[in-house]
Amino acid sequence: MLLKADATFVYAQQPTAENGKKLDPYQTTAPPCVAPVNNGAAPVPNRGDHGWNAGAGKVPEIGVQDRVAKSSPLDRAQTRASVRPLANGHGHIVLSVPAIHCGACVAAIERSLNARDDVVSARVNLTLRQASVTLASSATDPLPMIENLAALGFDATHADAGGPDNLATDPAGGRLLRALAIAGFGAANIMLLSVGVWSGAEAQTRETFHLVSALIAVPVVAYAGQPFFGSALAALRARRTNMDVPISLGVLLALGLSLFETLRGGEHVFFDAAVTLLFFLLAGRYLDHLMREKARSAVTGLTRLSPRGAMVRQDDGTLVYVQLADVPPGAVLSIAPHERVPVDAIIVDGGTDLDRSLVTGEAMPVTAGPGDMLEAGTLNLTGTVLVRALRTADTSFLAQMIQMQTAAEGGRARYVRIADRAARLYAPVVHTLALATFVGWMLATGGDWQTSAFVAISVLIITCPCALGLAVPVAHVVAAGRLMRMGILMKDGAALERLAGIDHAVFDKTGTLTTGTPTIGAVPDDPAIRSAARALAQHAIHPAARAIAQHLTDLPATICGATELPGFGVEGTVDGRLARLGRADWVAEIAKDSAQTGSPAVAFQGGAASSFDLTETLRPGAADAIAAFKGSGIPVAMLSGDIADRANRIAGAVGIADVRHGATPAEKIATLDALRRDGHRALMIGDGLNDAAALAAAHVSMAPASASDAGRTAADFIFLRDRLDAVPATWRVASETAAIVRQNFALAIAYNCIAIPLAVAGLVTPLIAALAMSGSSILVTLNALRLNRAETPRPQPTPSVSSQQVAA
Amino acid sequence: MTILTILIPVTLFMGVVGLAAFFWSLRSHQYDDLSGDAERILFDDDKPLPAKIARTSAKPKETIR
Repeated sequence: MLLKADATFVYAQQPTAENGKKLDPYQTTAPPCVAPVNNGAAPVPNRGDHGWNAGAGKVPEIGVQDRVAKSSPLDRAQTRASVRPLANGHGHIVLSVPAIHCGACVAAIERSLNARDDVVSARVNLTLRQASVTLASSATDPLPMIENLAALGFDATHADAGGPDNLATDPAGGRLLRALAIAGFGAANIMLLSVGVWSGAEAQTRETFHLVSALIAVPVVAYAGQPFFGSALAALRARRTNMDVPISLGVLLALGLSLFETLRGGEHVFFDAAVTLLFFLLAGRYLDHLMREKARSAVTGLTRLSPRGAMVRQDDGTLVYVQLADVPPGAVLSIAPHERVPVDAIIVDGGTDLDRSLVTGEAMPVTAGPGDMLEAGTLNLTGTVLVRALRTADTSFLAQMIQMQTAAEGGRARYVRIADRAARLYAPVVHTLALATFVGWMLATGGDWQTSAFVAISVLIITCPCALGLAVPVAHVVAAGRLMRMGILMKDGAALERLAGIDHAVFDKTGTLTTGTPTIGAVPDDPAIRSAARALAQHAIHPAARAIAQHLTDLPATICGATELPGFGVEGTVDGRLARLGRADWVAEIAKDSAQTGSPAVAFQGGAASSFDLTETLRPGAADAIAAFKGSGIPVAMLSGDIADRANRIAGAVGIADVRHGATPAEKIATLDALRRDGHRALMIGDGLNDAAALAAAHVSMAPASASDAGRTAADFIFLRDRLDAVPATWRVASETAAIVRQNFALAIAYNCIAIPLAVAGLVTPLIAALAMSGSSILVTLNALRLNRAETPRPQPTPSVSSQQVAA
Repeated sequence: MTILTILIPVTLFMGVVGLAAFFWSLRSHQYDDLSGDAERILFDDDKPLPAKIARTSAKPKETIR
């Protein structure tokens, strides 16, 4: 009995594990090669994650094999449906295995999977933490493989079919990389020839060198310049300018002038400058792309919360898996515990408890029975229910939220990135200057238009914003790397700029300031009651029961015939007496005095009922995060969908004065829009479906890794670790980055202040141009690297899950 | 100086070979799993590839090379 109790204890702890640890609930031994338990890409365990690892059984001693069997029918059907048929008759599935983190894991998994008869081949990608398995046929059931991995100690789920399997699915990155390689090839060869010219090649030799350079440069610019030309053209067509306009102009003019000079047999050509410029800028752009791609794949790697299909009950009573889009209104669906409701539906049969925290922001589970409405995205906790679909997936609550979110994004689209703002000032000044130079030289030389044009174009070449083009992306890439080491994913560099300028912080409550798992405050005094309560709680899967089982330290009493009644609680016989733990009115049925007690309550038959005081758990670091913002003079508000009582209690605990409770998604957007209209730039931190639109409406937004799929899509930043002080930490990095970007702009302008007079005076030779442009680019890059050095020692040296996951 | 008529083509040719090698490595998915490949050199089992794996190697994306 004791052993059983301990096992349960671990089980009960697992889903709450706040420190980011991913305890395996069923195994006492660690996976073969796991040193610290928290290595995995393990999307930090979260309250919504009731997948394989949370298990669905109420009995503690579940073997490894059972856990797959215990997973919900929907999970199994989804896994089967994710097998892709290949042209040669084989099937293919990509399994996401977050616990892979070393070569030994790779070897163990590949050896075990490849030994199977139904597997043609299996290969693990350590970077993505995925196993790519080719099955004997497209009809092969992949579940035994997942069991196989579970036996090795690795939890596996099927990866998103549309997910990034490898680099080949990233066409934009591939194009940039090829352009970079070609620009690098051109730059190296032309530079080689240029050195010859600078060393004093004369006459025929020089002209030959120029001609060979031209032959290399023209195709190289034509290919490698495309990313810039395309973007510049698009901007011009929309009657805007961006950074790519002066860049394209500079490169093309340099190329044109040099071609002309080559044909004329002139002395100065700028092929090297043009191609090297492209090379540097492409390097910056590729790094920028790589950073976003990495963040994107890490976000897709997080466990997907919304179901992709539903178990539809046929007329003969059997359950059939149907893709989400094909679920018709009126269909009868079966929803097992730990499944999310796929479409808006109404309960036809069965009772259960629901976790609506991601949907409405209510922190505590609610009880539901026949006739109750379920919004798509609600998590079913305890009982299996039959529901009738009311709407199709396209019109369900989830889809409405996504529409709202798209509408709310309009405000943010008006934000103009700092580099483009700089370009708006920069381009007219430089172009006017070049024109003035041309006119000046025409007057001074008495109409020598060739010389005048040469000087004017050399002004444009030397002012070509190489350093300006690199100033921002390089700083952002370095900052993104630093954030990733802190366990924070950044989706876009523009978000970092926006974050640096915030003047308001708005927090959601449930799941953001709190972890979403309840904890208990007051406990009954009677030890017999406590030990009975713990024994009962161990037989229930309701989050409140888990909290009780975890919190109480009493030895659980011996219990017989424990049964959980979804929607009510759990009852069993302890010491020959019937005991109940659950809803207060249900417990009161057997209790002696039906005194007013809160839920959950516990009582023996004929005994006094006593209740547990259930409270929400604050996310670690929440108070620090709020204090950090307040200390920097940034007002903090709370915007919760939960009831006033709970909202105020949490606000009081973390020190927020400005509280809005009971907010619907539309009200949340309205609040943020009002802030925007007043000229404020608000940071929104939230996680739920109901926050998704607000996250999109805010100036900049953050979400925890446990957020709903829609919330994660809408947010600009996602923090993977549990601690909420990731939010002010990100903000500090953003401010530092903004400072570095400003310094870079200053450096670039200082460089121009030196170079422009030389160019206007007609003193710029290709050698000077090449030196000056490379010099300024390198200077800007080195300055951006200082962002890494600025890293202060972390408060706690936690070589955590998340950082490894992403940095890999 | 006539040596240049040989040297320049040689330089360009070597450059192109390097470029082609890079594109080939890119296309054959050698950069897909850098950290995994770093670990793989430590694996002991340097057996020749089993026949059933070799058979499907036409599809490098899904199979073991």
